[in-house]
Amino acid sequence: MSPDRPVGDLFRRFRERLSTGPEDRGAAERENGSRATAAGPGVGRTDAGSRDARLAPHPPRDAAPRRRRGGKGGGEQLNVPPAEFTSYYGRPVLKPPVWRWDIAAYLFTGGLAAGSSLLAAGGQLTGRPALRRAGRVTALAAVGASTYFLVHDLGRPSRFHHMLRVAKVTSPMSVGTWILSVFGPAAGLAAIAEAAPLLPERGVLGLGRRLLPPAGHTAGVVAAVTAPALATYTGVLLADTAVPSWHEAYPELPAIFAGSALASGAGVGLVAAPCAQAGPARRLAVAGAAMELWGSHRVENRLGLLSEPYTQGTPGKLLRAGRALTAAGVVGALVGRRSRVLSALSGGALIAASVCTRFGIFHGGVASARDPRYTVVPQRERADRRAADQV
Amino acid sequence: MPDANSLYGPLDPAPDAGWVEAPPRMGFFTDTSVCIGCKACEVACKEWNGVPDSGFDLLGMSYDNTGALTANSWRHVAFIEQPRPAGHRTPAFAGDPTGPATSPASAAVGAGTAPDTGTNPGLPPGRPEAAARMAAGPEFLGMPGAQPPGRDSGAETRTDFRWLMMSDVCKHCTHAACLDVCPTGSLFRTEFGTVVVQEDICNGCGYCISACPYGVIDQRKGDGRAWKCTLCYDRIGAGMTPACAQACPTESIQYGPLDELRERAATRVAALHERGVPEARLYGHDPTDGVGGDGAFFLLLDEPEAYGLPPDPVVTTRDLPKMWKRAGFAALAMAAAAVAAFVGGSS
Repeated sequence: MSPDRPVGDLFRRFRERLSTGPEDRGAAERENGSRATAAGPGVGRTDAGSRDARLAPHPPRDAAPRRRRGGKGGGEQLNVPPAEFTSYYGRPVLKPPVWRWDIAAYLFTGGLAAGSSLLAAGGQLTGRPALRRAGRVTALAAVGASTYFLVHDLGRPSRFHHMLRVAKVTSPMSVGTWILSVFGPAAGLAAIAEAAPLLPERGVLGLGRRLLPPAGHTAGVVAAVTAPALATYTGVLLADTAVPSWHEAYPELPAIFAGSALASGAGVGLVAAPCAQAGPARRLAVAGAAMELWGSHRVENRLGLLSEPYTQGTPGKLLRAGRALTAAGVVGALVGRRSRVLSALSGGALIAASVCTRFGIFHGGVASARDPRYTVVPQRERADRRAADQV
Repeated sequence: MPDANSLYGPLDPAPDAGWVEAPPRMGFFTDTSVCIGCKACEVACKEWNGVPDSGFDLLGMSYDNTGALTANSWRHVAFIEQPRPAGHRTPAFAGDPTGPATSPASAAVGAGTAPDTGTNPGLPPGRPEAAARMAAGPEFLGMPGAQPPGRDSGAETRTDFRWLMMSDVCKHCTHAACLDVCPTGSLFRTEFGTVVVQEDICNGCGYCISACPYGVIDQRKGDGRAWKCTLCYDRIGAGMTPACAQACPTESIQYGPLDELRERAATRVAALHERGVPEARLYGHDPTDGVGGDGAFFLLLDEPEAYGLPPDPVVTTRDLPKMWKRAGFAALAMAAAAVAAFVGGSS
């Protein structure tokens, strides 16, 4: 092909990259660590191609199979298989999620709304006004932000109300829409009721002053009853996709998100309430952290090859940061029983931990959809195993 | 009363979706052994359905300049070059010069090409190692090389190779994850058992895109909605053949009642085996597979993943009852923790 022939921009760039040679190519190519091992059946299935292409050889990090412990104390051993696979020119099989950061942010704000409304209801029923007030106001702010994120992420935001055309139990997003449309108004009413003491004592507004507190009471209970559903359905929302690392993590995702929601709600209590009222928030922090840490430990270890996206790159960093912040937050909450400052700091750490965990899980899944390895290798093994069983 | 197999297993989808006296289920059988890669199907589809163009530039990975199924390409002709003998065991290129080629290096660089298809996520870049691996072997002609293959090498380096071409399309699954997860009811099951997006309902939530195990459905930029093959719902409703099948010059794309197509496909694959093409196999024809069988299935000459198809797709909603159960347990645990935190303890 003559260089003088007119070609498109895209192709010209391809030719330039080809002529500059592999050494000058972007780091992006090198960090796509191929874990293929050289030995394998079939021509064209080995790393020979990578060698010919003078791509940086990647050490097969799984040379010594890592031993993993299965759940329930079993000694189940899962080896990460050598990721040698056929693909169509290395292109992803799946379409990675089109959801932007809004959805990861929603995972956090939705959980925060759920956790803080539980805190508010607890405060309301056990006479801890500081917890009630902080929980209600946070729940309204968080559910407002959630609604914004969800609508903003749509390809056609003006059609958000089309979600209300149907109720489908096979669509976690539809279920979530209906959960939110119960939770949102209830959380809103409960928060507005907090403004009752500011109203004048006489006239129409005076009537509001008298009616709002009981209405807020009922609304707060309704919100708290809906809250666990709001916090856990998002686990199903992510798992009910073809994204390999989300789908296979379906047993753990709701637990991680429930724990993360509790911990962030507890964080709000620790930040906002005086030490005398913050006892329940400390216990919630411990319970939430336990659920979250158990779940994220499982997804990072149980899924074999599909755990990998959660341990590498940005998602890995986020999840490790989340774990460290959770641990710091829990320790601070327990140690700083009498210190207002230490309690508030631990509360902040728990909230930050929840943000990190949500973004980590979100981006881990996206990374697993972008790389054909995570789609092809587990499916090929399954198909081969089935074929072997039939023989 | 929903069928016991509503989420998984063999099923006739149209009656399950509530159609009374539905016509027979219609579909495509795409026989890749006779595909010549002319792309008439891609063009006819765009013409009939008014699908926007999706870039005319070469991708550098093969003669495939479409790359993938997207919202703007409802048919995609995959083009694969392999250092293996062609079918029928004929030394097709015995007299032609072939030789060292640009090869894995070119495939690795080509994997990084990410054209603007006008859709999201469209055609994201691939993995260079995987692309190089696919193209491994000294015989790979590469595309496009600076010189005609084999110009400066002798006959002793000649080896055989083959081209695989395959027109990919939406599979119109028996258990369609996109349809199951759609929160607006925009995706629906037609009386022909196909799956169609209603563009006046879709609000671009993107759930179907993550749910599709084949990576078919995609979002159009600017427009924001999800688009995919409709199996020409308008044409088949009027008793006509879908545009791609109508345009296919080699009858590689065959349209008809699914039962009939399955029989025809079984005969064809048996005939190919008899003629010495043992690698011929069907893909997506089996009603007991992970998606309950595809409405559009294929005859392939290599493993599905070589064509960019998942080797063992499973509809994600198969596990949905278990997922809701786990979410229920987590929700109960959460509520219990909240109660315990407020009831227990003294401070």
